[in-house]
Amino acid sequence: MSNLTAVNIERTASGKRVDLVLVAEMVERGVKVLDVGCGDGELLSLLSETRDVDGRGIELSREGVNECVAKGLAVIQGDADTDLADYPDDAFDYVILSQTLQATRHPRVVLEHMLRIGRRAIVSFPNFGHWQVRMQLLFAGHMPQTDILPYSWYDTPNIHHCTIKDFRTLCSEIGVKMERAVALNAWGTPLRLNAPWWFWNLFGEQAVFLLSRRD
Amino acid sequence: MVNVQPLDSEPRRGEGTQQVDHPTSQVAVFGADKPLRLDSGVDLTPFQIAYQTYGALNAARSNAVLVCHALTGDQHVANVHPVTKKSGWWETLIGPGKPIDTDRYFVICPNVVGGCMGTTGPASINPKTGNPWGLEFPVITVRDMVRAQAMLLDHLAIDTLFACVGGSMGGMQVLQWAASFPERVFAALPIACATRHSAQNIAFHEVGRQAIMADPEWRGGRYFLEGTNPRRGLAVARMGAHITYLSDAALHRKFGRKFQDRENPSFSFDADFEVESYLRHQGSSFVDRFDANSYLYLTRAMDYFDLAADAGGVLAHAFKGTQTRFCVISFTSDWLFPTSESRAVVHALNASGARVSFAEIVTDKGHDAFLLEEPEMFAIVRGFLGGAGKARGLPQNLAGKAKN
Repeated sequence: MSNLTAVNIERTASGKRVDLVLVAEMVERGVKVLDVGCGDGELLSLLSETRDVDGRGIELSREGVNECVAKGLAVIQGDADTDLADYPDDAFDYVILSQTLQATRHPRVVLEHMLRIGRRAIVSFPNFGHWQVRMQLLFAGHMPQTDILPYSWYDTPNIHHCTIKDFRTLCSEIGVKMERAVALNAWGTPLRLNAPWWFWNLFGEQAVFLLSRRD
Repeated sequence: MVNVQPLDSEPRRGEGTQQVDHPTSQVAVFGADKPLRLDSGVDLTPFQIAYQTYGALNAARSNAVLVCHALTGDQHVANVHPVTKKSGWWETLIGPGKPIDTDRYFVICPNVVGGCMGTTGPASINPKTGNPWGLEFPVITVRDMVRAQAMLLDHLAIDTLFACVGGSMGGMQVLQWAASFPERVFAALPIACATRHSAQNIAFHEVGRQAIMADPEWRGGRYFLEGTNPRRGLAVARMGAHITYLSDAALHRKFGRKFQDRENPSFSFDADFEVESYLRHQGSSFVDRFDANSYLYLTRAMDYFDLAADAGGVLAHAFKGTQTRFCVISFTSDWLFPTSESRAVVHALNASGARVSFAEIVTDKGHDAFLLEEPEMFAIVRGFLGGAGKARGLPQNLAGKAKN
């Protein structure tokens, strides 16, 4: 479950992926973090450098895992869909799912596990409601391919696309509290905070949500 | 603690045991004041441990790496073997600038209790009788091996290991170390192992033991007194075991159905096939360096290994509250200690909140892959120890990074 989808995401001047920087900013310092689908460990490295966290990762691809471990990160080979069930309750402060939600078989179950294992969850995903996606389907009549969704329909790892609106619906269905949400446009710039949700859903290329349990 | 003379004895033993009394290694002797309390309830005393060291212990005594050897390994991990004259069994992994970098770490490799390379085992002299122990030697366990190693560390005045590393039976010792002495292990690297020996593995061991015991020269384990040596039995045990260390694909790639020194079948039971010839060689060269009774005891120790059973049936309890950081490694074609066994370790460690990494390495070389030059494994060992070294506050040696 690597964040393969994110290869073309904008980077900051210092070469960091904008979405990861945004995620890192949502994490308190010195906490315990599980990164589900940690890829080559870019976010975990960033978190340990900038937020001094005790970070762990799960990654589906063997190459990703071995690269992470060789970097000194604590990462295990595993599958978000099957392996989260093995983690005890409250094992982490934050559980992060970065650009991976849409590649899971059971996004709802994964989300529920995340908030069982962790006090808080951070989820980032490409917004399928973005205007470019809508335009491609509406006018060109084919499955959308964009910078951050570069795959053809037949070889994409992304099997559960959702829009920002869909994700909000899921959150309220499973009783999750949305503490913070940010939508980034195609240039990696956050959209206006006071913009209405429909605006985010149309102009946000991707979104990052900070969630917590509703006590 | 005096650390000089190995226990004295008369050299009346078979081949494969010439290192028992006077090993080409350092020896720590533990007298009557320091018995080794075994799981069987017996106190083993006196006893000695033969060990090799590489690199230098730093002033803080914080850079010690304990390397635990496998069933038929020994302490000669990174030097030429005194009997076989071959390179150390992990010399590709351990040395200056190598993944286990002896420029940075102080590496200790002891021969296990029950072994036959200088640490007390069934070929050693029983001080009560003046004869080799033979089957009067108490049955030992992996936990006993680890307890003895802990005594060696006390003897060397090393409080905490920076890392504990081993594959197969060595990996079992690593897990046992982490379970028995969690506060003494900063980082643990169990490779190609499991938290318990499976029924299939016990079965293979039993075949090996029966091969030894069926050899008329074994004489109930008293071969050293009767001037015999169960060479054939031990060789057959080794041949059978060796197959389990490889894989179908590796055997096929290496030998296929190729004939040995002939074009056509001999229509006899000679070693027509290369694979037969190879196994016979493995068997016969093994008996030159190994004691048959040792083989019985060490295979038994592995059979008895079951960490979960020791922790009330719940594996996670074996690692409860551990601060040790783990890196578990398995190999895709290892059917002796398959990846599923390593995953069980990882699940248990996760459940205990331990800091654990896990990597499965793709290879067709079977269980033996852990002894071979596997670049991915080397990168992982180097990276894991590097990260742990940083956390431990060991100086970063960048010079060593360029090599290997």
